[in-house]
Amino acid sequence: MASKAVYSQRDPMLKKRDDFEDILEERRNSSDLRYALRCYAPVVYKGLCPSKAGTLKSMVLQSDQLHYVIHQVCRETGRAVDDVQEEVSSILEEMAHRLQLSTVRFFAFTLSKVFKTLFRSICVNEEGIQRLQQAIQEHPVVLLPSHRSYMDFLLMSYLLYTYDLALPVIAAGMDFMGMKFVGEMLRMSGAFFIRRSFGGDKLYWAVFSEYVKTMLKNGFAPVEFFLEGTRSRTSKSLTPKLGLLNIVMDPFFKGEVFDVSLVPVSISYERILEESLYARELLGVPKPKESTSGLIKARKVLSEDYGSIHVYFGQPVSVRSLAEGRVNRCQFNLIPRHIPKKPSEDIHSFVNDSAYRLVRAQEENMVLKPWVLLASLLLQNQVSGQKRGIALDELTEQAVWLRDLSRQYGAFLHWPEHTPPSEVVSSSLSLHRGLVRISEGRVQLALGQRGPAAPGEPRSAVTPEEELLSQAVIILSCASYRNQALHVFLRPALLASAIHTASSNKKQEVFNSFSFLRNMFSNEFILCPGATVQDFEEACYLLVKTGALQVTQQDVLVTERGHRTLVFLTSMLDPFLQGYQVVCRFLCEEATEALTEKQFIPAVRKFIIKHLLAGRLRYTEVLSSDLQKNSLAALLRLGAVRKIKGAEQGTLKVNTVMVNSLEDTLGGKLPTQKAVIARL
Amino acid sequence: MLYISTKYQIIRKDFPFYLGKTAHGGLWVQIKNLPGHLPKESPSHVQEIMKWNGWGYSDSRFLFNKKGQAEFTGKRYRLSGMIIPGLKDWFECTFGASLQHKTPPLLNSSAVQPPTLNEAFVEELKSTGIPFSQDAEDRVFRAHGHCLHEIFALREGKFGRVPDMVVWPNCHNDVVKIVELASKHNVCLIPYGGGTSVSSALECPPEETRSIVSLDTSQMNRILWVDEKNLTAHVEAGIVGQDLERLLNESGYCTGHEPDSMEFSSLGGWVATRASGMKKNIYGNIEDLVVHIKMVTPQGVIEKSCQGPRMSTGPDIHHFIMGSEGTLGVVTEVTMKIRPMPEYQKYGSVVFPNFEQGVACLREVARQRCAPASIRLMDNEQFKFGHALKPQVSSIFTSFLDGLKKFYITKFKGFDPNRLCVATLLFEGDREKVLQHEKQVYDIAAKFGGLAAGEDNGQRGYMLTFVIAYLRDLGMDYYVIGESFETSVPWDRVLDICRNVKARIVRECKERGVQFPPLSTCRVTQTYDAGACVYFYFAFNYRGLSDPVQCQNLHAAREEILANGGSLSHHHGVGKLRKEWMRETVSNVGMGMLKSVKDYVDPNNIFGNRNLL
Repeated sequence: MASKAVYSQRDPMLKKRDDFEDILEERRNSSDLRYALRCYAPVVYKGLCPSKAGTLKSMVLQSDQLHYVIHQVCRETGRAVDDVQEEVSSILEEMAHRLQLSTVRFFAFTLSKVFKTLFRSICVNEEGIQRLQQAIQEHPVVLLPSHRSYMDFLLMSYLLYTYDLALPVIAAGMDFMGMKFVGEMLRMSGAFFIRRSFGGDKLYWAVFSEYVKTMLKNGFAPVEFFLEGTRSRTSKSLTPKLGLLNIVMDPFFKGEVFDVSLVPVSISYERILEESLYARELLGVPKPKESTSGLIKARKVLSEDYGSIHVYFGQPVSVRSLAEGRVNRCQFNLIPRHIPKKPSEDIHSFVNDSAYRLVRAQEENMVLKPWVLLASLLLQNQVSGQKRGIALDELTEQAVWLRDLSRQYGAFLHWPEHTPPSEVVSSSLSLHRGLVRISEGRVQLALGQRGPAAPGEPRSAVTPEEELLSQAVIILSCASYRNQALHVFLRPALLASAIHTASSNKKQEVFNSFSFLRNMFSNEFILCPGATVQDFEEACYLLVKTGALQVTQQDVLVTERGHRTLVFLTSMLDPFLQGYQVVCRFLCEEATEALTEKQFIPAVRKFIIKHLLAGRLRYTEVLSSDLQKNSLAALLRLGAVRKIKGAEQGTLKVNTVMVNSLEDTLGGKLPTQKAVIARL
Repeated sequence: MLYISTKYQIIRKDFPFYLGKTAHGGLWVQIKNLPGHLPKESPSHVQEIMKWNGWGYSDSRFLFNKKGQAEFTGKRYRLSGMIIPGLKDWFECTFGASLQHKTPPLLNSSAVQPPTLNEAFVEELKSTGIPFSQDAEDRVFRAHGHCLHEIFALREGKFGRVPDMVVWPNCHNDVVKIVELASKHNVCLIPYGGGTSVSSALECPPEETRSIVSLDTSQMNRILWVDEKNLTAHVEAGIVGQDLERLLNESGYCTGHEPDSMEFSSLGGWVATRASGMKKNIYGNIEDLVVHIKMVTPQGVIEKSCQGPRMSTGPDIHHFIMGSEGTLGVVTEVTMKIRPMPEYQKYGSVVFPNFEQGVACLREVARQRCAPASIRLMDNEQFKFGHALKPQVSSIFTSFLDGLKKFYITKFKGFDPNRLCVATLLFEGDREKVLQHEKQVYDIAAKFGGLAAGEDNGQRGYMLTFVIAYLRDLGMDYYVIGESFETSVPWDRVLDICRNVKARIVRECKERGVQFPPLSTCRVTQTYDAGACVYFYFAFNYRGLSDPVQCQNLHAAREEILANGGSLSHHHGVGKLRKEWMRETVSNVGMGMLKSVKDYVDPNNIFGNRNLL
């Protein structure tokens, strides 16, 4: 009853989001072939200058910008113009897509078959599709899907084809080109390929940016790329990369288009295809190089049930509205626009802020499945009590509690309305039976490859380290589902942890502590730059609203009934706190003079394994290389560690005093002094 | 316009004049003041032939007759007395307007505040014998320019602060006396020339507490001498463009300065606002035409000591005067370059498949520096508008010919009627050169897909310029309001600025609740080596809006122009309408420079119209 009341309170919020429609339903009831061959006539940008992929190339080659850069390169290197021009052509050749409808039709057919076997449903918010259709006609459109799976961009093109919308051109990583045939297929379905890193290569950058801008400005097709830059292996949104966003915003800054619509798209998978692959990768088993044969081997995934996919096309965001009052476009008046220029300070911070806002929009529209809540609870409960796991009915009770809490925090939760909670829980568990085990009415993570060892069976074949790693695979897989919900709880969790570590209930101190944690974790989570106060207020608001907290002018007080919430929230953040501390400890204790950035991950992993095996660490998930990288990035950002560019590539220089004090502050042993805050 | 026909047939025949020779052999010309026109004793009667709450001559206006056909009244223009069959449909389709919904002006000029007079000033002025008036009509007539908001308010019978009196100096010395008296008695002076300002320059600052005197230069309208050896003419600054041109024409000369407002705007006004003329490609803009300026300021008279064609004597003091917009003093006399009248004049037009091609062609013409006297490129909307203004054709043959042309362009050449655009051309010079020049320009146009579309279309394009202001009054009778504004912009930005500003207008209208899509159109009106002048027009149906003038988005449109690399103004000036952007336009130091000039020349702010700074 209580939960019902709470739910109806959230109702208006839920109503703000659109309804979903399952597109596979129609595929199951009508011919895939006819679908693949049907008339396809999408609406186009009203300012479109019709051009083929070929003319696109020559437009790029003849652009003022490329001419300028080519001559610049010639001047600087003394190379002949023809020579450089040839390089430009070959870069373009390597990069350019060859979008053609027949390939798309082929994919439409095969993907229909594949999707129907893999997924129960693919749900799309059709209002979002209508908004997108409108947007495509008005202004050049940039599609910004979240990136959790290889599937993402095929799925996007498939959806747009299904809804008779203009097919996008997609920025894809060069690594796909490793798969010869597939790479070419993708190219013909609209992918264009960019090298993973080309930092200093002026020429490459010029070709690349001009190519993207040309497509965008002419309205050739919606441009699609992943703000996160790469697939998130942890299901947490990655901090956005700015390069491509900069490129697609540039034509607006320079007045070459009236506006650009950015459309965040949230793709949520109930079960991620690459689930255990990612976990292995995070644990240091190198990622298998993309190869066609590898893909064929992956065929066995076809026999499994991956639940449903939800795709939410968000509200188109106008770059013009974003920039209003923030960017003075007059700064481009005094230099010819084709001369490449490093973005000014204000442009950079604007693009950065926008990128965060867009990733936040992706997060907010990400559909969460009940399993996400269960994973969070199971991770927290795996070691509680003497018995492993948690009783099924207790799990259900907790899940219902968490369901209501998350809805109050604005989560986009898809919890079947008319099904008893126990059924919801058990069906979720059965979909993820690779990760959980139910025995004797208790639910626990499926640690240990083949179930609990039968008495007497020899286990000597497996070293403790191997066993630890195989358990970690399960835990990290589980954590990746919990991570899907992190953005919902993040701000309140930071506040809860701040209250926990702060030395008093004084609001100012809690805020200092909050601000410290937020700063510390800003490489780990999506925290918009410069929004500390807003985030603090939002966290306070949510906790006060749910009755967990009382905030007065001076103090922050946890209420009686708020205890459970706060324990849950702090436990959620705890693995990260511990992870960062252990990285700090590693740097203080083990880092030698010669530690390079490259050696950092293996070394810290070894250190952590040692501590885990010795029982000195609680959370196996700190083995995640993602967490280790993020914490190093944070320490580098804070200046506690410096990269020395010298003979040894990227040697790390540790400021032991500072790292030590950061570790203590994280552990709550040191108060967040004003001085520390000020320095951060 | 004046020269509607190709053979210099002057359409207007009022304002008779004398013509004679000076003792030094120069020509002199003087306007004879005939009773009933502009008698010296009561010079205020200009409003009898001019509208007080709309554009131009009282006898010339558009109206929808009883049959619902549009016609243009009067006898002054080529279009006068003609039926324009296409206008009604265009009007109704473009704006969603209906002839059923009328908004006639409220004819009420009695609500004018009584004048605040400076008695001592008035007494002393009387003793000089310079004519003046405190009549309400005289004052209201000089209290405004032709911005939409100004005319809209007049039609609604709303008057803000208006001048307290009007004076009509007859010569330079009269002006000297008036400025001395104003300085002595601390009276605010606002110079008034032709009243065609579109920058709120003539609006009286509402915060002004002193007595405001409108200094009307219209009586200073003589050509004082013509120097044929040096090809210059010395002219009083109150002369209006068409008179200046006609008088010089009589002796075989012209200045060639033809701003679109030339029927009404004055020489002094051109100097004070840095005006630009349609034929600047041959004759130059006002700054190129002026040889010598005399201006009366509170500190005395400023002028150069000689008439050398170019000087290296520090910053050119003319450039403090040109564009000062009446904030420093009154321009009284100007020596201008004159040219022998061209032997031959020919209109022309080119149709392009789209605006992009048209702009590319204009750019090429500018690159080759072979622009004709005038070259203008209208966008598709304006092309359609021009089409709607075609008068009724007299013979079946012409209409058959028109149909044939249309068929050729749209069907045979494959031009999309919703994308094509047209450039209008005016060539001038001796016959042979004109024909040669014409060929050169058409050859360039052909490279950009342009098709020659005849003299008639070109001529109609230029006519449009002169009647478009009259059309605004017609629109205002039926809930349609419109405005125009201009900018100058580097070549590489032309297309972008046109698209973005037009789109911005449409978007702003929508956001402000305008019910019908607006007409948002532009044309490139001048070409330069490094850029072009672009003119925007927009109009919309304001039915259902409480404050239509607020919805006109001039502010947003100008912001868009500036963000797209356009200038604050090409030739309209800053006035009070655009002065908020002056600082960012000329920088802090630039602003300080201008300010210090003002502080020196006019420390008591006698010329208190508060324009520019």
